[in-house]
Amino acid sequence: MLLNIKDLSVAINGKEILNGLNLQVNKGEVHAIMGPNGTGKSTLAAAITGREGYEITSGEIWYKDQNIIEMAADERANMGIFLSFQYPVEIPGVSMTNFMRTALNAQREYRGQPNIPAGEFLKLMEEKKKMVDIHSKLTARSVNEGFSGGEKKKNEIFQMALLEPTLAILDETDSGLDIDALRTVAKGVNELRSSENAFVVITHYQRLLEYIVPDFVHVMYDGKIVKSGNKNLALELEEKGYEWLKEQAAV
Amino acid sequence: MSIQKDTLQQALTLDEMLIEQYRQHKALITKNDSPYVRQLRENAFQAFVKEGFPHSGTEMWRHTDVDALTEDSYLHELSAPANTENIEDVFKCDVHNFDTETVSMLNGWYTDKEDTLKTMPDGVVVGSISAAMKAYPELFEKHYGRVSGSESNGFVQINTAMTQDGIFIYVPDGVKVAKTLQIIKIINRKEQLFVQSRNLVILGKNSELSLMHCDDSVDQNASLVNTVSEFFVDENAHLELYKLQNLNDNSGLINSTFVRQMANSTIKTNTLTFNCGLIRNSIHVKLDGKGAHADVLGLYLMDKQQHIDNQIRIDHNVPNCTSNELFKGILDDEATGVFNGYIYVARDAQQTNAYQNNNNILLTPTATINTMPFLEIYADDVKCSHGATVGQLDQEAMFYIRSRGISAANARLLLMYAFAADIINEISIEPLRQRIDDMVKKRLRGELSVCEKCVLHCGAPDKEYHFDIDLSQI
Repeated sequence: MLLNIKDLSVAINGKEILNGLNLQVNKGEVHAIMGPNGTGKSTLAAAITGREGYEITSGEIWYKDQNIIEMAADERANMGIFLSFQYPVEIPGVSMTNFMRTALNAQREYRGQPNIPAGEFLKLMEEKKKMVDIHSKLTARSVNEGFSGGEKKKNEIFQMALLEPTLAILDETDSGLDIDALRTVAKGVNELRSSENAFVVITHYQRLLEYIVPDFVHVMYDGKIVKSGNKNLALELEEKGYEWLKEQAAV
Repeated sequence: MSIQKDTLQQALTLDEMLIEQYRQHKALITKNDSPYVRQLRENAFQAFVKEGFPHSGTEMWRHTDVDALTEDSYLHELSAPANTENIEDVFKCDVHNFDTETVSMLNGWYTDKEDTLKTMPDGVVVGSISAAMKAYPELFEKHYGRVSGSESNGFVQINTAMTQDGIFIYVPDGVKVAKTLQIIKIINRKEQLFVQSRNLVILGKNSELSLMHCDDSVDQNASLVNTVSEFFVDENAHLELYKLQNLNDNSGLINSTFVRQMANSTIKTNTLTFNCGLIRNSIHVKLDGKGAHADVLGLYLMDKQQHIDNQIRIDHNVPNCTSNELFKGILDDEATGVFNGYIYVARDAQQTNAYQNNNNILLTPTATINTMPFLEIYADDVKCSHGATVGQLDQEAMFYIRSRGISAANARLLLMYAFAADIINEISIEPLRQRIDDMVKKRLRGELSVCEKCVLHCGAPDKEYHFDIDLSQI
């Protein structure tokens, strides 16, 4: 098993957001996490990727047979966990190219590999840029600075393509995307899908899942997964909304 | 001769010692002077006797406490010691691919005793200010003590009253100096020195000069350096001035720079402060000719209990001038900083465009900065803007960077370096930009020390360092 979350409870400033959540993800699988606003979807992403300020009050997160709860964000990234941010951060003064080269070399160093030669890196970048149809001039700019909403999301997928994670968490990557950008993002993800990696796709809407077809769909409510199923569950949610689940949960 | 500290002088504070020294040795101090210079000294001395050094109660010095420095006792030499060590033994500059003409001062004295005033083939004059005073009295007196003008404080007064040496540069009309001129000032003495130097730089019409002014100490001995520099930039002349400051933690540096610009001239000053116990940089630019432009930039990287104070004043005295101030600083540990940006726009100085910004990152809760924009505007058709920020490293950005696998330490460096890059990228001499770039990286890693040689020797292969973050395009 690649990721095994056991009975995870997480609090922010003393307020419990996740409440005994369980999730298992194997290599080769795509899991969609759905649910209404404020149910803890982004908190789950933060807990897996090691964002500071999230207090794990109970439970464990096992990844590649290690409990990663105490690990720093960069170490988790080096172990192959990637987060596509809901709100990618602008970093003025740091060029995309150097940011990615630094990141890639950090990950290579972690794996005991030498730094990537500059020429090889440029070639790799060109290749991945094509995959997500990202404009050449964007990579010469500062990280996310002056990017449109769609460009920022594409840039996340571009970074993912370059770093080739084992576990990628896509936090509302579809929000703010027009249909063309959505297709491009989905195409990038589908090209990266393999039997050796897994995706956790957090979304409100079924729309993205038409392009990235999940193996499992989970519905979160009130800090835990209340229902799991296959891709048809997403369609059902699209049709019925979340109200019936809330009622069910209340029972 | 030098005045050795005796028991009496040890009991005296610096101002008392200097006043006594001036009275006792006036003949020696003024021996080379023209009547004009002698009168300037006397006036400045009388003003100093009245005012003394600024202290914590002086309004403009409220946040920079120099009491500890001025109440200490120092050795103050009134003439160069006979057996000055060879400057080459103290430092050797090795900036690769950076072709400079170098003049140097050791402990406040011009080092080239044989050739105190050089005249280049193109007519450029470079040398000791005391030699220039005698060789070119007319040119000298036209600007000396006049660019600085009446605005004054105890440090400028005592410099005018007692200074004995410094650098003189004259660029004749129409001459564009190809090589960067480098002034290296080194302090290297066992005694606790009070060093005063006085520089005068005159750029003729349509001339160009780029100048690098390095202040360094090569050991950990305490000193107090009090420098006054005057720059006269005539019509359509262009000056680039880089100041590199890397003194030890026990030292104080009081640096007063005055610039007078005539029509359509431009200056770009970049003050890069890497290390020093206490530094006060005062830069006063007077835009006295239409169409003049001044870029006044600076970067300071302070830590421990260091103190940096940048006082920038720009006078828009005539219409159609533009100025741009940008100072950025990172303060760590218990370092303290002051930025005071004063823009003055005279009644008739219409179409003024003045921009001012000061950005700070405080890395610890104990580091502090006092930043004060101050605009005094008497014209009505002007564009003036100012901004100041004080913040910590952006935690969102930290997580974003770390989430890609970059360590916390490198993420911090990346953000700090990106912050500083705005200033570094303004350095237009490429080999110098690269070297400053290296120095900033080393400084941010805590690896830049007051090195055994010139400040620019920091790239010496003493220790290979590992910093694979390069903001230049690959």
